[in-house]
Amino acid sequence: MAMIKGETGDWEIVLGLEVHAQVVSEAKLFSGAATAFGADPNTQVSLVDAAMPGMLPVINARCVEQAVRTGLGLNAKINLRSVFDRKNYFYADLPQGYQISQYKDPIVGEGEVEIDLPDGSIGRVGIERLHLEQDAGKSLHDQHPTQTYVDLNRSGVALMEIVSKPDMRSPDEAAAYLAKLRSIMRYLGTCDGNMDEGSMRCDVNVSVRRPGAQLGTRCEIKNVNSIRFVRQAIEVEARRQVEIIEGGGKIDQETRLFDPARGETRSLRSKEDAHDYRYFPDPDLLPLILTPEYVAKIRAGLPELPDARKARYVERFGLSPYDAGVLVAEKDTAEFFEAVANGRDAKQAANWVMGDLFAMLNRRGVGIAQSPIAATALGKLLDLIADGTISGRIAKDLFVAMEETGKDPAALVEERGLKQVTDTGAIEATIKAVIDANPGQVAAYKAKPTLFGWFVGQVMKSTGGKANPKVVNDLLRKALDA
Amino acid sequence: MSLDKDAVRRIARLARLNVPEDELASVAGELTGILAWIEQLNEVDTGNVAPLSSVSDVTLPLRTDKVTDGGIAERVLANAPGGAVWLEPQDRHAGGFFAVPKVVE
Repeated sequence: MAMIKGETGDWEIVLGLEVHAQVVSEAKLFSGAATAFGADPNTQVSLVDAAMPGMLPVINARCVEQAVRTGLGLNAKINLRSVFDRKNYFYADLPQGYQISQYKDPIVGEGEVEIDLPDGSIGRVGIERLHLEQDAGKSLHDQHPTQTYVDLNRSGVALMEIVSKPDMRSPDEAAAYLAKLRSIMRYLGTCDGNMDEGSMRCDVNVSVRRPGAQLGTRCEIKNVNSIRFVRQAIEVEARRQVEIIEGGGKIDQETRLFDPARGETRSLRSKEDAHDYRYFPDPDLLPLILTPEYVAKIRAGLPELPDARKARYVERFGLSPYDAGVLVAEKDTAEFFEAVANGRDAKQAANWVMGDLFAMLNRRGVGIAQSPIAATALGKLLDLIADGTISGRIAKDLFVAMEETGKDPAALVEERGLKQVTDTGAIEATIKAVIDANPGQVAAYKAKPTLFGWFVGQVMKSTGGKANPKVVNDLLRKALDA
Repeated sequence: MSLDKDAVRRIARLARLNVPEDELASVAGELTGILAWIEQLNEVDTGNVAPLSSVSDVTLPLRTDKVTDGGIAERVLANAPGGAVWLEPQDRHAGGFFAVPKVVE
């Protein structure tokens, strides 16, 4: 729990998140127009999405299934009866004049997710609800001095609004919650979680209070579009509220906008304009009725989710909870790791994936799916270490060579003569040469046995790292202690 | 339930209707009358009746997740006030935007 130190004492931050997650589907929630990102303006718009008079919404079965899948992934209650309502407001990119949403009877009720905190501990965040709703179109405000341009391609795309309980107490917890939501939805294939393209957007409710006191008045920060900005927005908003309260002021419940360039939040809507959405059931849509069999069938088809996978890595592979958490966060990473670890030393596989591989991917700025070294190739490298063909040191060089050439590790070992030297005769000769060349160090070693490592280094260096380290140790020990 | 002038002013604003100040009182009276008429329904005891969402025995129809629509930008934009606009002239073949008076929040 992160406290804010104010002039008059400590303040606790209370956070609740509303996440808008775009449903993975071919067509929109209530029309047959496409959902693909980046199409030419207004080319993926049906007359339903443009709200032409007389058009009727027909719900997309896959979007319903995706919402149920997500609900089950959030350990939440699935409501067998849910209702679509109209949320009424006027905006240029909302042609209907209302958004079809769910108000009193959402498709998914209360649930809970586990979050992985930076210190390795596990927290819990309650889910209040998940409901289905339509996205609005996109407004471009910066293309013309007096006009706003509107593209309705996104209008009508299915969103899941996932509302958390006010269970988070720090920017770290909010970030961990978002990361976990994204991870779960990616495993489920229900949302691609791409915040850059806006397929996952976040509103943050922030309030502050004295530790343990009643909840303070909250402000909602709208449309924060990266996990980094969520952290920053929380920090600055909580400080703003503490300063106001300590200065004798009062927090107005309002909607605010985070400006990352200026590092501040500012009021988005004045109070007189406070929205009154006048929800009522959409007369164009009957209640959505699901059967227990339908839900059971979706439940039976769920993949292994990150928490279960993490537990398996800890129990079966003996990985630390932290390492397991890192490996399972992205489905692609977990699958890569499993392909490397399959039939091999899992801890060693984890070290290679999280060490050399991650470093290489970071350097190249690519994801694991674009890795120049395939999981099978990394697996073969581990086999070469395991069967003594190469030393651990040479393995690092081999890894770099694999990255550069894309060649098979065994072929590279052959081609570049990287095979480990286990021939004791050759190693003994090298040891003798090192000892003969460094009489001073040999004398010093007698008094200071920790110099042993220096000798190992010299021998390895003169063999180009190819000597078997265990053989070197044994023989060197004999030669020096003789 | 009766509506006063302030309530009518607020509802009109939410609905983007321009009700002149000197008509607020009469509109309030009319709306109050309509509400009173509808309130007669409250005399029926519905304590043991489940809410009815449809008079016929139909369930919500579902569509399969297939792209069957769209690609009709010229029809969608046919009634756009002032016609469609493009960011660059060479984009003219590709969709187009609606243009509306600048929306600044």
